[in-house]
Amino acid sequence: MGDLLWILVSAMVVNNFTLFYFLGLCPFMGVSARVDTALRMGAANIFVLILTSLCAWFLNTFILPYAPFLRLISFIVVIASLVQIVEMVIKKVSPALFRQMGIYLPLITTNCAILGLAIFQTNRGYGFLQGMAFAVGAGLGLTLALVLMASIRENTELADIPEVAKGTALIFIIAGSLSLAFMGFAGMLSAT
Amino acid sequence: MTPARLLVTASPHLGGADSTPTIMWSVVGSLVPVVAVATYYFGPSALLVIAAASAGGVLTETWFGPKGALRDGSAAITGILLGLTLPAGLPLWMAFVGGVFGIGFGKLVFGGLGQNIFNPALLGRAFLQSAFPVAMTTWPTAAPHWSDLRGDNLAIPLMSPEVVDAMTGATPLGLMKFEQIGTQVSALIMGSVGGSLGETSALVVLGCGAYLAARKHLNWRIPASIFATVAVLSGSLHLLDAARYPGAMFMLFSGGLMLGAIYMATDMVTSPVTNKGCWVFGFGIGFLVVVIRLWGGLAEGVMYGILLMNALVPFINRATQPRVFGTDTKQVVT
Repeated sequence: MGDLLWILVSAMVVNNFTLFYFLGLCPFMGVSARVDTALRMGAANIFVLILTSLCAWFLNTFILPYAPFLRLISFIVVIASLVQIVEMVIKKVSPALFRQMGIYLPLITTNCAILGLAIFQTNRGYGFLQGMAFAVGAGLGLTLALVLMASIRENTELADIPEVAKGTALIFIIAGSLSLAFMGFAGMLSAT
Repeated sequence: MTPARLLVTASPHLGGADSTPTIMWSVVGSLVPVVAVATYYFGPSALLVIAAASAGGVLTETWFGPKGALRDGSAAITGILLGLTLPAGLPLWMAFVGGVFGIGFGKLVFGGLGQNIFNPALLGRAFLQSAFPVAMTTWPTAAPHWSDLRGDNLAIPLMSPEVVDAMTGATPLGLMKFEQIGTQVSALIMGSVGGSLGETSALVVLGCGAYLAARKHLNWRIPASIFATVAVLSGSLHLLDAARYPGAMFMLFSGGLMLGAIYMATDMVTSPVTNKGCWVFGFGIGFLVVVIRLWGGLAEGVMYGILLMNALVPFINRATQPRVFGTDTKQVVT
């Protein structure tokens, strides 16, 4: 149990996907203008990451031992199609939820954070529960980074940003600063 | 007889006597004893490093900042504070680069004074820590003569510094973390220990902070809540396992906690607006400092603690909005 908690905290804060591995930068840059959309994006991310972990575990346990050369392509295809199917189901079963979350799902599916999670999970030899903890931690970490970024961006809306730094440049500078601040956690929980 | 003139303005109608320049310059003035103590312990190297960091900050502000921005003294504060967080033997060009980065990317990019998110001095230091990790963790202790340089201050830019035979030693926090050797609290209070320029004498920094708090140039709630959190957390951990965790006094007086809590965390721009927010902010910094010091890979966590909480300030401000006068329920103004 403690082991699972370490994995979760480590993936969330210490080895944050966005601020430490620089994965999933597209939503980090693109969907971080407002805090409420950032939160929804984060929730959708957690959901997809859990599905990813599930798929990766299933493939690793039942299929890939027989065909290891299919690893990358099977990860991409299976995860993407599963998310698409889930999206259709949500659209049919709960249109309200789909309106909240649906537009983000196809965006996330092809995100590098998703493939990153599947590959990390495989390389570190995580089992089913460990994989779940890893996915939830990574998703919470992405949400944390997104919400931090969004609240900072909302704060700079009325600032006199110089012309050269407006737009994406400032977002990258904020991202770099956040990443520098997260360096403080480097080396923590290195046992896991 | 002249007709009575009616002046119609928007609130606030009451102005204090303090202005940005007076506050900033009095903070610069309050740093003089801290710089003096650093010079006493580290000789001319201290003055050189502080001057180089300040030059980096001030020149960047002059070249790229808005006109007349130099007069408010904020660039000078950033430079001096950055200098105080650096080791005495740091090559001067690195200190200069830190000042340029702090002011350029920490402040001017966000639109100048009052609009930055992160404390510029600490951002400059975090940048240096990532860029030059070895030079940033080489702590000179004593030299045969007071006037000797404490390291290769005059290294040529972009060249690796020459290894001079200056005495180096670990900081009290490093000793505690990596070798489990404690340091006398009295030494920490007086400052006869290794470390950054400004993290030697806790007593002097505390005195300067008291002066600033009395003049209301800093919100005393921030340092108070940082100290209280660190003391309670580390004190209770020490009670649990005295062999593994150092006591509360050691944690309070070692490293950059005093300088950080009094001068960096209380930066008016990057700390929360409300008093309630300040308590939350201070608690967060204290918590992160203890966590990073005790379980992190680094010996010192004050800089990262403050930077991380700086990133949370927009969030704290949003969560601690005061009740609008005359309303029952909390109305969130967005």
